[in-house]
Parts: sequence; C-alpha cells; structure tokens
Amino acid sequence: MTAGHPVVLDTLYGDYPLDHAFDEMREPSGEVRAPYRALVETLAALPAGELQRRKQSVDLAFLTQGITFTVYGREEGTERIFPYDLLPRLITGPEWDRIERGLTQRITALNLFLRDVYSDAKILADRVIPRELVYSCKHYRRQMRGLQVPRNVYIAVVGSDLLRLNTGEFVVLEDNLRVPSGVSYMLTNRRVMKRSFPQLFASCGVRPIEHYPQLLLATLRSLAPEGRPEPNIVLLTPGVFNSAYFEHTYLARQMGIDLVEGRDLVTHDNIVYMRTTDGLKRVDVIYRRVDDDFSDPLVFRSDSALGCAGLFNAYRAGNVTVSNAFGTGLADDKAVYAYVPRMIRYYLNEDPILPNVETFLLSEDKDRKYVLANLDKLVVKAVGESGGYGMLIGPHSTAAQREEFARQIEANPRNYIAQPTLDFSRAPCLIGDRLEPRHVDLRPYILFGDKINIVPGGLTRVALEKGSLVVNSSQGGGSKDTWVLE
Amino acid sequence: MGSGIANDYSVSHPFGSFNAERTGHRNSRESRTMLSRVADSLYWMSRYLERAENTVRLLDVTMSLMLDTGGSNVETRWQRMVAALGKPGEMEWNGSIEEMAKKLVYDHLSPASVIYCLNGARENARQVREEISTEMWQRLNRLYHQMHLPRAQSQFSANMSDQLSAVIDGIYLFKGTTDTSMIHGQGWQFIRLGRYLERAYATATLLEVYQSELFPAQERESSGYLHLELVGLLRCCTAFEAYCQVYTADLSPERMLEFLVLNREFPHAIHYCVAGTREAVEGIQQAGGRRPPEELKAAIGKLSAMLGYTSINEILAGDTAGFLHKIRGQCLYIHELIYRFYVHYSIQSALTV
Repeated sequence: MTAGHPVVLDTLYGDYPLDHAFDEMREPSGEVRAPYRALVETLAALPAGELQRRKQSVDLAFLTQGITFTVYGREEGTERIFPYDLLPRLITGPEWDRIERGLTQRITALNLFLRDVYSDAKILADRVIPRELVYSCKHYRRQMRGLQVPRNVYIAVVGSDLLRLNTGEFVVLEDNLRVPSGVSYMLTNRRVMKRSFPQLFASCGVRPIEHYPQLLLATLRSLAPEGRPEPNIVLLTPGVFNSAYFEHTYLARQMGIDLVEGRDLVTHDNIVYMRTTDGLKRVDVIYRRVDDDFSDPLVFRSDSALGCAGLFNAYRAGNVTVSNAFGTGLADDKAVYAYVPRMIRYYLNEDPILPNVETFLLSEDKDRKYVLANLDKLVVKAVGESGGYGMLIGPHSTAAQREEFARQIEANPRNYIAQPTLDFSRAPCLIGDRLEPRHVDLRPYILFGDKINIVPGGLTRVALEKGSLVVNSSQGGGSKDTWVLE
Repeated sequence: MGSGIANDYSVSHPFGSFNAERTGHRNSRESRTMLSRVADSLYWMSRYLERAENTVRLLDVTMSLMLDTGGSNVETRWQRMVAALGKPGEMEWNGSIEEMAKKLVYDHLSPASVIYCLNGARENARQVREEISTEMWQRLNRLYHQMHLPRAQSQFSANMSDQLSAVIDGIYLFKGTTDTSMIHGQGWQFIRLGRYLERAYATATLLEVYQSELFPAQERESSGYLHLELVGLLRCCTAFEAYCQVYTADLSPERMLEFLVLNREFPHAIHYCVAGTREAVEGIQQAGGRRPPEELKAAIGKLSAMLGYTSINEILAGDTAGFLHKIRGQCLYIHELIYRFYVHYSIQSALTV
C-alpha cells in the first residue's frame, strides 16, 4: 500500500466539505496544501483503527495525569478530561514570523496605552479614544492612577485570540490581558503529540515551545521590586475549585515556585509574607491568577476570601510586584478593542501588522441603528465578558434571543459591541475514525518582561461540534497542538 | 568528614561547611521552606492513606475470621472491629455483613469508609499537586479511579478479597513511589510524620480494644478458635510472620502485646512508630526548618522513654488499658503541638522571632 494512495485517503475523509471558509489542510480545489502533505501521508499509511488506538491511549494518560476539569452541578463532581484533537495544526515559518511581529507591536501599544491612561492620559486629551469609553469601563481601576509599576510593564502575560479569514490572513479577535489561561494545554498537547507521532514530528521540523515556563519565570524575575536580587516568586491561585487549577499547579511545578492561596498570605507593614513551617517568609513577586475583584478585600470586593487583605497597599508601596497589574482589563474591553489600531498608530506611528475584526460600537448611534437592523447576521458580545459568555451569534439565534439582546442593547449600549459573523478557518479533526473540518482559532501566549517573548505557536482551540463557531472549553470546545514549522 | 580540616563547626554539623560553601551561588530555592498549608496537606494525605490501609486490613482479617463460625458471632466481631477503628457512628450493625462491609469500603459519605479516606488523600494531594512528584500523583490517581469504577462497587461482594488486596497494593505502590521519586526534604518528612502518628494511634486503639479479650487469664489453652483470633490480631498489623521470627509460632498474648507495643524494629509496633515520629520532626529541622520547640521535643521524648523503659510485665501488672489509652492521648497531644508550631501559629508570634 503506497503512502498517500488516493483510495486510502478517501476512506480517511469522512464528511469533509470544502466551502468558502479557509481550510487549513486543503486548497479550494481539494489538493492537500504543501505543509500538510507529510501529515496526510503518515495518516494514510496507518493501519485501520490505529488512530483510534492512539487517541484512547492518550485519553487514558490524561485521566491518570489528572489533566481534567470538574463538571459542576453533580453530586460527586465528575471529572472529565479536556477534549483535544490528535491531529496537529500547522503554521508555516513565514506565517508565524508575521504573527510574531504583529503581536509584539500590538502588545507594546496596549501596554503603552495602559501606562498612559493610568498616568497622564494623553491619548484621551488628544481625543484619539473617547474619554467616556475609558472611564465607563468596568475594569478601569481608579486606584491605579499615578502608580508606578516595575519597568512600566502592566501586562506581563497575555493571550491574544487570532482567527484566520477566508483570505488566509490572520486577524486579532480579542486580547486577554487579565488572567489568560490555557498555556498548560499547549504544553501538555505538545508532549502528547511527540509521543503519539514521533517520526512525523521529527520529519516536520517543529519549533520548540517547551521553554515557556522558564521564560515565564525569567519574565517574573525581571519585574521584581528593586533591591530584591533573589526574589521569592509565587503563583497566587483561587484554589482547588477553580477550573484552571490544573494549570496553576502545572506552572508552579514547572517553574519550581510555590503555589499559594490567599489564606497563605499575610501583610504586615506593607510587606507581603507567606506562612511557612519556618515562620513568615517575604514574598516579592506574585504571578496572579485571581481576578482584580477578588485580590484584596480592603480595596476591591470586600466579600472575597480568595485574596489577601493589604495586598494592594503593599503593591502601591512598591514592596511586591503583582503580575498582571490591576486594571489591565480596561485594555481588553471589547469596545476599547475597536481602538487598538488607532493606539498603534498613535503610540508607535506604525500601521498595524495584524488587523482587527470590523467592530460596531453600540454606543454610537449610527452603528447601533445598523446593528439592531441586522442582528440576524452579526455576532453581539458583552464588552467585559470572556469565555464565550454573554454572546449572541446572529445566524444561529432565535427571534426571541434577538429580541432579548435588542432590549439589553437599548438599555445599556456601552455594554455591547457587534461584529460580522466570521467565516474563520477550519482544520481537519479526527471525528470517529474519519477526518472532518472544524473551526479553529489560535491563542499565542506573549510574555513581557525586559522584552517581549512569544513561544512559537500557542493553543489552537477547536469548536468540536459540527458547524459550531464557539471554541471556548467551557462551551464544548477542545484543543489541538500547534506546530510552527521551521 | 574526618579529614584534617575538621574544625568544631564541621564536626558538630557534618554538612554545615558544605552548605556554607554553596551559599555563595545558591539560588533562592535551596534551603527550601514549605508553606504551612502544604505541610498540612501532605501530613493529612499521608494520614488518610494510612487510615485507609488500616481499615482495609482490619476488614479483611475480620471477614476471614467470620468464615469460622465458632467463637464470637458475626455481630460481636463486627462491633469489635468498629471499636478498633475508633467507633465511627455510621457503622452500626444492621444484620447483613455484606452490606456492612460494602458500606465500610464504599460509602463516600461516611468518614470511616475506605473510599472517604482515599478521596481525602487524593484531595489533599491535589491541593499540593506541585509539591509531589508526577509519579506519585499518577499512582494515587489510578487508585482513586480504580475505586470509583462503577463495576468495582457492584461486584464488591463477589470478589471482595481481591479488591481489598488491590487497595493495599495501590497504597504500597504509592508509598514506594513516594520514597523513590520525591526529595527527602521537609515535605517527605511531613508525610512520614503523618504516617507514623496515624499508625501509632491506630495500633494503640486496636490493642486497647483487644486486650480485654486477650487476657481473661484462664482457659485460653489451645483452643483452635483462640488461635485464629490471635493470628487475626497479628495480621491486622501485618505482624504474624515478623512475630514468628522473633518468638516462634508460639502465640502468647503477653508476647504479642510486647511485640506490638515495645518492639523497636517492627514498623507497626508503637515504639517503632514513635521513634519514626521523632526522626521525622528532627528531619524537618535538618531540612531547613526551625528548631522544634521544647514542648514538642519533650512530648515525643516522654512517650518514647515510656515505651523504651517500661517492661511488658510492668504493663501487664498495672492498668494495661490505661497504659494504651495514655499512648493515644500522647499521640493526640503531639499532633496538636505540631499544628500549633508548624501550621496554625499566630502571626504575632511569628513576627517577633
């Protein structure tokens, strides 16, 4: 049986339609794209059932490794493994280089924006961004005004979501500047893929990503307060009930730092300590995986038990670095998003390398009128939400849902934006024992310390439901490994 | 060591000079401190596993004793086992031994059950996932999933013995993995601490319950049933073969008591466990912890001396039950001191140090 034999290929392709959406693997003509040829040949040469067998062995490994999340609302918290797809998503070197340059530019501008808004607010004075848009954002933190943060870095850890349109071009859908998650899946997916397809992996020439934890540690270290040459760096988690808890433990272990909860921390004289068996030990850098609201009951939500009372004052005094800084959610507000290209031009005097998705601001009368008339064609999102919540996907919605959203938009237009329904790209996934295309996005992880570092690739998220456009893991999405080729 | 450069410092602290040399270029993690919460979780993970193991063994022995219908009846044996487990409230006899056994293994709402202990151990391990090795975690996770298989419960009565040994195997594998894959630093010492304190307490409880039956002083001659009971007691502590090696197969309650309380070399004997507790506390200090307070050292030392310098005849001549009860009390006190010193100390006291 020769590899790549068309008959064998046909048995691999199940329901594999090609239409106007960009297909990662196949040209519109049906030809397999050049980077995917080695993959397709490998798959075609596998004996029947082999893919399934490898998938099962990986599932079992995930279960025993505890790479699971808890399904809430059952008596005995059922644990499920994260759905993932066995086939890698490929990105060519030149494609990646452009993404990398684009993200570096974008994150630099977003960080400058945060610094500006929390100090002189020149961009507002120059009327590049409307003042009321910034000050009405629910993630704006007035406590951050005039506060000096180490190296002026507000966003040390970022995950931006990219889509590929039918032109083949990558665009930015949103930026996650608060507590982006998922990087542990990027790392475990890679480990799994190396084990499942060793020869294929070696023959493709894939850029490595395994040094991410080390880079993260170096980033955090570079942001330590002055005069602390051997900083004590910790990861602050909300605790074992958080859905990303696996990731918190994973990163802490990979970096060799302590994983702390709010109850492990105390402050005294504006210094943060953790309780150890040896007594109190000073904490210098906190990689914070707890939202602003829950971080310090004295400054933010007073009913939170997840944070540490006095943390913000210690931060203000410069005795501890907290990354990401507080109030960074301002810059990933979905309405502020619309202005990112303008920020890039304003601060860097450059044209954006990675474009935005066209966005309608519902606080603008003209936009709102258009959106309300075309709700069935558009995607409407609440500006401060993430994880696929608070969303209306027009073409897949019912009249009742559209009415409900129209009512909410009228009541609070600042809270919503709308975007065209995007035909973003699809990649082959193993569904049963066949390949079928599913929509995918890409979340690269950007680290910002003394400079910007991006490990090649990121997490490719998959909408595993047929026809679905929602890739969030909380809503039935899965993930796959992303290979950036040399 | 022992070379010409030995000075006072390196004699009293064989590793002191070594550490001093390395401080110049060590990174901040070298003399590792440990979060109190982490120490607490490791300690309880270990105690829960020890408790699960003890429960399984007691159940297994009791079930096999019940096969011989002479001697005590089923209910009496059940009550005695429950008493040896510390009289958990939910384990009241309901007439069906199969049901009771299943409840003791699988009732996840009852704190006495094996599955409750295993869940507790895993939950504690999960909270310190970054502190234990991946191998340990996978081992424990496998045991957990094995217990939670639907068919494990439904087929329990049919192959109870196999399932009970599978749990013990799982725990043994975990302990072996722990000893070979984890740094023998503070965390490991807290695991040992939990294991030995739990075991000392469990053995003392078991003997306190059994001693009234073992010493009726008369008519214990060569009854086959009594022999079974005695073997059963030893097996509850995996002590039968070890006992035979020391005393031959001549089973006498006095010697058994001597063996299980005072032996220094058998890992389930109380004296051995107390010595282990002391080593663990010293180990915590050596691994970079601060000096344990005099109170804690005194409490462990007192218990250790009591076991080291009391003969079995003295124990038997006096109030045997009271002696065993006192051991339990001391174990609880040591636990409390450990908590007060390593885990729940006041911030005021910590700041003044």
